[in-house]
Amino acid sequence: METIINDFSPGLFVVMTILFLALIFLMVKFAWKPILNSLNERESGIHDALAAADKARADMQNLQADNEKMLQEARAEREAMLKEAREIKEKMIADSKEQAKAEGDKMLKQAQVAIESEKKAAVADIKNQVAQLSVAIAEKVLKEQLSSNDKQLKLVDSMLSDIKLN
Amino acid sequence: MKKVLKTLVLVFTVCFSLQSFAFSDEGQEGAVDTKAEVDAYIAHHIKDAHDFHLFSYTTDSGERKHVGFPLPVILWSSKGLVTFMSSQFHHDDDGKVIVEKNGANFVKLHSKIYELDAGAESVIFDEEHHATNAHKVLDFSITKSVMGILLVGLFMLIAFSSLARQYAKKQVPTGFGRILEPLVIYVRDEIAKPNIGEKKYRKFTGYLLTVFFFVWILNLLGLTPFGFNVTGQVAITAALAIFTLIIYTFSGNKDYWMHMLWMPGVPVLIRPVLAIIELAGAFLIKPFSLLVRLFANITAGHIVFMSLIAIMFVLRESLGTAGATGLSLILSILIFLIEILVAFLQAYIFTMLSALFIGMAVAEHDHEHEHEASGHDVPDAEDVRADFI
Repeated sequence: METIINDFSPGLFVVMTILFLALIFLMVKFAWKPILNSLNERESGIHDALAAADKARADMQNLQADNEKMLQEARAEREAMLKEAREIKEKMIADSKEQAKAEGDKMLKQAQVAIESEKKAAVADIKNQVAQLSVAIAEKVLKEQLSSNDKQLKLVDSMLSDIKLN
Repeated sequence: MKKVLKTLVLVFTVCFSLQSFAFSDEGQEGAVDTKAEVDAYIAHHIKDAHDFHLFSYTTDSGERKHVGFPLPVILWSSKGLVTFMSSQFHHDDDGKVIVEKNGANFVKLHSKIYELDAGAESVIFDEEHHATNAHKVLDFSITKSVMGILLVGLFMLIAFSSLARQYAKKQVPTGFGRILEPLVIYVRDEIAKPNIGEKKYRKFTGYLLTVFFFVWILNLLGLTPFGFNVTGQVAITAALAIFTLIIYTFSGNKDYWMHMLWMPGVPVLIRPVLAIIELAGAFLIKPFSLLVRLFANITAGHIVFMSLIAIMFVLRESLGTAGATGLSLILSILIFLIEILVAFLQAYIFTMLSALFIGMAVAEHDHEHEHEASGHDVPDAEDVRADFI
């Protein structure tokens, strides 16, 4: 203990105190403050970057979920559109079938009507011609039959007998 | 590569230590060979020195040559400020060479400078080899220790400010800064933060970092063959301890002083007794433990290291030159490795305890205010037990 006290140099103590005080101030100003600030900055930077990465991952997941949802919606929409299209197609086919049938029926009817009237006309024409022919034949027959009295009388007789029959 | 480098450093160190052993300022001859000379040499080494001594040798003509350089001596004597170079003492350490300056006479005795009393022609010693007609002067010399402080301070400034400048350009330092950065982070995260607390550590980290690197580098410098023994000087460790004392005394909050002077929660009669103990703890025991621990560890390390080297001379008779040298080499290399660990450990302990003391001074005692505010304490084990007895 005595040697320790004896070895203690007050001069060295004073010099050390002054030098160390200067060293603390210089180190704080030129080294520790900038170093610690940079370290803190870097650490908070890393922290922020990690948080940002987490957020980005979450966003990505959300985005993927959204995409999935949108895809599903699109698929459903496509499905619906296809279904609608099929229905429209079927309806159109049915409609046109119906229309075609109606048209056909109508045309058939018209044709029948035309045929009927043609037939009537033809029949009338035939009747006419037959009448004229019969008249002409009758004329010719009459002319020949009535060329003699006998034949005229015979005719009258047969006619009369016919009337009787009626 | 690293291993080769390490081995080289080791060999270099041991060789130099041996060489540095071959000189002494003691006696005319200066050679260290006997046990008494070894003891005197070690005692001399662990003290501060006024010149920077590298090695000595004896020429063929038997003349003793010293290699080194002198350092300036700055004294505050009865005649005012006196300065001269330490070379004027001509390596004398026994008070034989008298330097006359500004009308005052100075001698160097066991690494201390004395001023002769007026009229005295030479130093007169009493039986215990204490000078009777000379007194110590205030010695502000640039001694070897001061030079060590200046060198380490300069090194720290250059190394760490270059690291600080690196951050301006890049996020991750390169080169030497890559070694320094984890050390800074280590001190901040392992010493400052856990002991002082997340909220308040920032204000004290500058001091703790400075102390840590200062002590560590000086401890390591003490292991080099240059023979620095800065952290083994009481004045140095005392100054460091007082820095810590001043910091924790002036940053102590109300709780700290409350707990020291008027301890809450104990009977009033015991409080003054506790206050005396607490005051002694804070102002004497804590700084004293800091200064003695560092001083004693480093000084002991130096003494053991040099004693083991001295085996080479002291046991030469009984073991033979080769045996003594081999034993000395093996033991000193082992102790050298331990001392490298101790160098770090003591720096760590000093810084850690400083941080702990500061942390105790600035700690918030939230729980007690809660107790006072709520009016009733949660019963602890002691109270509950009292109910049963």
